[in-house]
Amino acid sequence: MSKSYSNAIDLIYNKRFRSIFFQITLLISVILFFLWVANNANSNLTARGDSFGFGFLNNTAGFQILPTLGTWVVSYDVGKSTYFDVFLIGIINTFIIAITGIIATTIIGFSIGIFRLSNNIILKGFATIYIEMFRNLPLLLHLFFWYFAVLRVLPGKREKVNLLGESFGINITGLYGPRPIFNEGWEFIALGILFSIILVIIFSRYAKRIHQQTGYKYPTFWISSGIIILIPCSICLIYSLLYNLPIEIQYPEFKTDGPKLKRGYAQGIGMMMPPEMLALWMALVLYTASFIAEIVRAGILAIHKGQTEASYAVGLGRGETLRLVVIPQALRVIVPPLTSQYLNLTKNSSLAVAIAYPELVSIFAGTALNQVGQEIEIIFMMAMVYLTFSLLTSLFMNWFNSRIKLVER
Amino acid sequence: MRNNNYKFVQKEVIAQQPPPLSQAGVTGWLWKNLFSSMSNFSSISAALQSIIMIILTFVLLYFCGGQLYSLIDFALISAVWSDPEVLKRGSCTTVDQGGSLPSGWSGACWPFIFAKKKLLIYGRYPAEELWRVNLVYLTLFLGIGYTLFEGAKGRQWTGLAMLTIFPLFALILLTGANFNISWSTNLLLLGLSILFIFFGELTRRNFLGNIISELTSLFYICGVTLFLIFIAALLLSIDYGLSYVETSDWGGLLVTLVVAITGIVASLPLGIILALGRRSNMPIARTISTIFIEFWRGIPLITVLFASSVLLPLFLPDGVDFNKLLRALIGVMLFSAAYMAEVVRGGLQAMPRGQFEGASAVGLSYFQSMRLIILPQALTHVIPGIVNTFIGLFKDTTLVLIIGLFDLLGQAQSTIADAYWSSPAQAPTAYLTVGIMFFVFCFGMSRYSMFMERKLSRGHK
Repeated sequence: MSKSYSNAIDLIYNKRFRSIFFQITLLISVILFFLWVANNANSNLTARGDSFGFGFLNNTAGFQILPTLGTWVVSYDVGKSTYFDVFLIGIINTFIIAITGIIATTIIGFSIGIFRLSNNIILKGFATIYIEMFRNLPLLLHLFFWYFAVLRVLPGKREKVNLLGESFGINITGLYGPRPIFNEGWEFIALGILFSIILVIIFSRYAKRIHQQTGYKYPTFWISSGIIILIPCSICLIYSLLYNLPIEIQYPEFKTDGPKLKRGYAQGIGMMMPPEMLALWMALVLYTASFIAEIVRAGILAIHKGQTEASYAVGLGRGETLRLVVIPQALRVIVPPLTSQYLNLTKNSSLAVAIAYPELVSIFAGTALNQVGQEIEIIFMMAMVYLTFSLLTSLFMNWFNSRIKLVER
Repeated sequence: MRNNNYKFVQKEVIAQQPPPLSQAGVTGWLWKNLFSSMSNFSSISAALQSIIMIILTFVLLYFCGGQLYSLIDFALISAVWSDPEVLKRGSCTTVDQGGSLPSGWSGACWPFIFAKKKLLIYGRYPAEELWRVNLVYLTLFLGIGYTLFEGAKGRQWTGLAMLTIFPLFALILLTGANFNISWSTNLLLLGLSILFIFFGELTRRNFLGNIISELTSLFYICGVTLFLIFIAALLLSIDYGLSYVETSDWGGLLVTLVVAITGIVASLPLGIILALGRRSNMPIARTISTIFIEFWRGIPLITVLFASSVLLPLFLPDGVDFNKLLRALIGVMLFSAAYMAEVVRGGLQAMPRGQFEGASAVGLSYFQSMRLIILPQALTHVIPGIVNTFIGLFKDTTLVLIIGLFDLLGQAQSTIADAYWSSPAQAPTAYLTVGIMFFVFCFGMSRYSMFMERKLSRGHK
């Protein structure tokens, strides 16, 4: 068969040409679609007398935001802070929910997943009921349940319910707890913690090397925890003996006497978690935990029984079998879906808009968008934040996967 | 001769003994499932573990039992079931709240739900037109039930009808049809579809050369789709004498089902196309599919709904306006298509290379091998994933309440604001009702998927 493409029929027969032709058509149609959209947007904006641009970020925002970690970090001030500050507050509040939520949901999810595999019928039954009940209901229903049904029946502003003694208390205005106060010199403690972490890393590497070379095992766990606890504590002790206490703990203040209107928790003392945040946190944590539990169960069940038996046969104990044989293999199955659950939790924190907890979607795409009306820019920025986060998560996942991947010989 | 007649030699078979008490009957079961985990005191660590187990068991038993009892007490035992004197809020409040029940009472207020029944199921759909919604519900449940029923005759055809004819039927009944579709549009659709089918027929008979004949199925698919759209357009433009019902009057379960079913029906074909694009050898097609999928998967559904309700009018030419429900539907469709694409891609990746090579070895074209060899196997592999996506989508439909649509949860939330029924039991009762409805749907779907998985597994495990 001749290789020349002298006529059109030959060209049609050429697979490579067809693929290139198809792709170029696709690309052109996608580009044309976007141009059409941009053109429409442009004409619609001019018709409305608006223009595209991010200048609005420097304008001052004139609305109140519920006091949360974000407003505290940015030191938000109505009439002075800009829309960019609002954006930052949204990001910080999203992240604080995401990070604390991820930690809590991992603990609960792992426990329930392991309960479900237990041979104790009570634990197993509890785990099964929990999982089926929580993952078959919409998250928004969980959120409404916590916010409108549970937290609304809490005692009023002038009363409280104690949790864990006097240090924590809850009423309709929020959950109150102790807060660390950083006095002069707290930097030394931070440095001390950093230093001890570095020391622990160096030590565990050294211990591992010695273990591989000579077979001698240091009690790594005890020595590491000793380093982590002792060094910062001794720095704290020395500093407070020489100068002052670098870190104090401030307890919330509850007034039961005095003028009736001033009774209740004093504002700005101790740590306060607003009920919106509490409801969102509870809903997200308990909902995601049911998914994580299933992931953990599947991961552990995926490990062949022969692995456990073989490791008993070579003389490893129960704990060592779990730690050295089962968990590393189970993690390989667990981690990828686990990361996507973490991502889901972060994305689902946007449901806060339904109960007005001031996170990104709620204050930036909600309140700020209503006030400035720059829809394209605001939604673009918001999408970019979530996209960045999900990109970072998948980068981490790829790195982790390549680290724990099965090395076949 | 030796005398074997020793006294201690057993001469007959001993009757079988009953198993030890610790291994049979109730005690055995309890021992195996309860006490075996908490009775090992052979070493310090085992004893510690057993003690933790004992504590945990009792705490959970107390907690779980208490919670379950209070749920049953709330929903059934203490609940108010009827309101014969039409007291409304008075029937569900205690004496100190202004009602008639003893103080300290707490229970569900079912008369409230009975009174709001219509809102929860149909929204503000006009009362005299409710038969239309009922007919749609009836067809939907009968059709799905028949399709899912094992061994029913012609269930594939029922399933196909549920995917093609039913949506149209539901659209006509629910909106009232009589849309203003111009004749030129109809003629254009008809002409195009005939043209495509004609080309398909030509290529099938090999008039246009071998290579083009690979596109036969593509031509046919386009032709038939366009023809179906033409029929749909024709049917939608007929005046059936049904009054027009605005989608803003739809609500409750109706909106939930419309959003969920549209998302489910649309996400599968779109997802398959995207997944094939992502697995294709063509770099540009692959990049575009990957970007599309990762973009939609990276942002929360709320952002999508916000964007579709705020940005869509901005991105369309002046004068073209969709109603709120349709905007939400477009957002949900694209969003769920991206998730479905990833599930389908998982199935495609699990296919051994030999299947692709075998398909091309017997001379099948790309479309043929996908349709006949790859996709049937790949989709079977990922049925649990597909159903999980459906369940997720079904639960996520609740988010439409944030852009002002009244789905089941949104409608419940709005009934809570009714001051005539205002009582502390109002919100929990409404959430309990909505929760039970969602639970029935989602739990049913997950059980059916498990059943399918077991039935379709070819014994690879």
